[in-house]
Amino acid sequence: MSDAPALPLLEIEDLHVAYGHVEAVRGVSLSVPEGSIVTLIGPNGAGKTSILSALAGLHRPRAGTVRLGGADVTGLPAHRAVAAGLSLVPEGRAILGRMTVEENLVLAGERRQPPGALLAAIDEQCRRFPILGERRGQLAGSLSGGQQQMLAFARALLARPRILLLDEPSMGLSPILVGQIFEMVEQIHREGATILLVEQNARLALSVAHHAYVLEHGKLVLSGPARELAEDPRVQAAYLGGGH
Amino acid sequence: MQQAVNGLFLGSIYALFALGYTLVFGVLDILNLAHAAVFMLASFVALFLVGRSGLHILVAFPLAVLFAGLLGVVLERVAFRPLRARADSNISGLISSIAMATVFEALALWIWGPNVSRFPFGTIPERQFQVAGAVISRLQLTIVAVAVAIFLLLTWLVTRTRLGREVRAVAESPRAARILGVDVDRVIAWSFFISSALGGAAGVLFGLAFNAIQPDMGRGVELKGLAVIILGGMGSMPGAVVAGFALGLTEVFVVAHLGASWRDAISFAGLFLILVLRPRGLFGAAALREA
Repeated sequence: MSDAPALPLLEIEDLHVAYGHVEAVRGVSLSVPEGSIVTLIGPNGAGKTSILSALAGLHRPRAGTVRLGGADVTGLPAHRAVAAGLSLVPEGRAILGRMTVEENLVLAGERRQPPGALLAAIDEQCRRFPILGERRGQLAGSLSGGQQQMLAFARALLARPRILLLDEPSMGLSPILVGQIFEMVEQIHREGATILLVEQNARLALSVAHHAYVLEHGKLVLSGPARELAEDPRVQAAYLGGGH
Repeated sequence: MQQAVNGLFLGSIYALFALGYTLVFGVLDILNLAHAAVFMLASFVALFLVGRSGLHILVAFPLAVLFAGLLGVVLERVAFRPLRARADSNISGLISSIAMATVFEALALWIWGPNVSRFPFGTIPERQFQVAGAVISRLQLTIVAVAVAIFLLLTWLVTRTRLGREVRAVAESPRAARILGVDVDRVIAWSFFISSALGGAAGVLFGLAFNAIQPDMGRGVELKGLAVIILGGMGSMPGAVVAGFALGLTEVFVVAHLGASWRDAISFAGLFLILVLRPRGLFGAAALREA
């Protein structure tokens, strides 16, 4: 992993996200350099998912600005956020289970791929995730949890994102599958992707990320290079089960 | 045989009407109770185009259907979209669609009056055919043919086109569709366009079939349409078609063998019975929303 930070691709400044009177995110600023993996860790309910929802246009932030490659993308509706290059792999995966695997892939790609390139792009994802190729014509609801996670990744990649937003990709999966999913995250990163990763599994997240932020009660409490944070006694006590 | 022909003919109109009804329900989980008023207005518009403007019915029909579709878009903007953020949007939308239905009916009453209006003689030239012992009029044949053509077009639209995929995605989970970059508001507006166009097509065909158009003509069809989509499984399009034909056939057979006064009693009793046996309707298992 290179430590030379490139230009920030994603910049978040003083972001506030609220649901009714409950402020889930209270003034968060962070940046994600081009080509890096940045992780956001913290306990349940800290506001991690709220930040991703605001970035992906699923929930309009109350205040703050979000810039992608210098352009203001604050509060765009979801379809325009995707068009701007923000692609979310959501918590729970949001697979369309009554549609086929192929239809899921087509839906993800048809608005974002150049004309005529869609089928080739889908074939490419089916080579990356062979199980999707094998089950292309089957209903996506019939896939196992790990396979659905692969479908969610493939869909996000078909949208040709400038940055991938991953929300709890390890959730609900067996340890072996979690390992496979994280290998995939690193593989996708090696191909040049920029990734903002939200994880409850802090140890795993810190092992793949370059930079990390720790979120508690809607505010950032710590940040730094992922390797340093993994050694930080406060992080170890709170999130890594008190040491290795 | 004659009853089967008549039943299919009536059923095709019910099916068209119910398809539009169930489409909006599938996408939004909302009953659009102004659907029957759109059905009625489209019939009047076709009558106006044929009677006053002297257009051929083949020109007036698509224009009236287009008008109905646009009316659906207006309906969505006025009666549903402003309420969508509310937690009770299912019920509040139901109420505001009743309000729109009342407005549409009042409008028709104001423009055309309460009396029965009729298409001018010879709008569809009379001719009868004998097929396997049944008498089929050219009008009936035309109506069934138009309905079948619309079913095929709709099937193609829903299963093969980008808009159709997006409609199905929104029907299954608006959130998942949004995450994939689907413009959900646009898809909802299109769903209303298609739904109301279907309702309008049913209205014009109904007006032609019975040649009696009046401001409250939608009332009876509204309840039957509701019965059809419940029977077919809420939100299921194949279910609406099958149930529409089933209701049409049942009604015709009941009228022929027991008399007209038994028609609705038997039909709705049958509906009740089927729902006791299959609470989700004939095709309902796959039509429930997941997210």
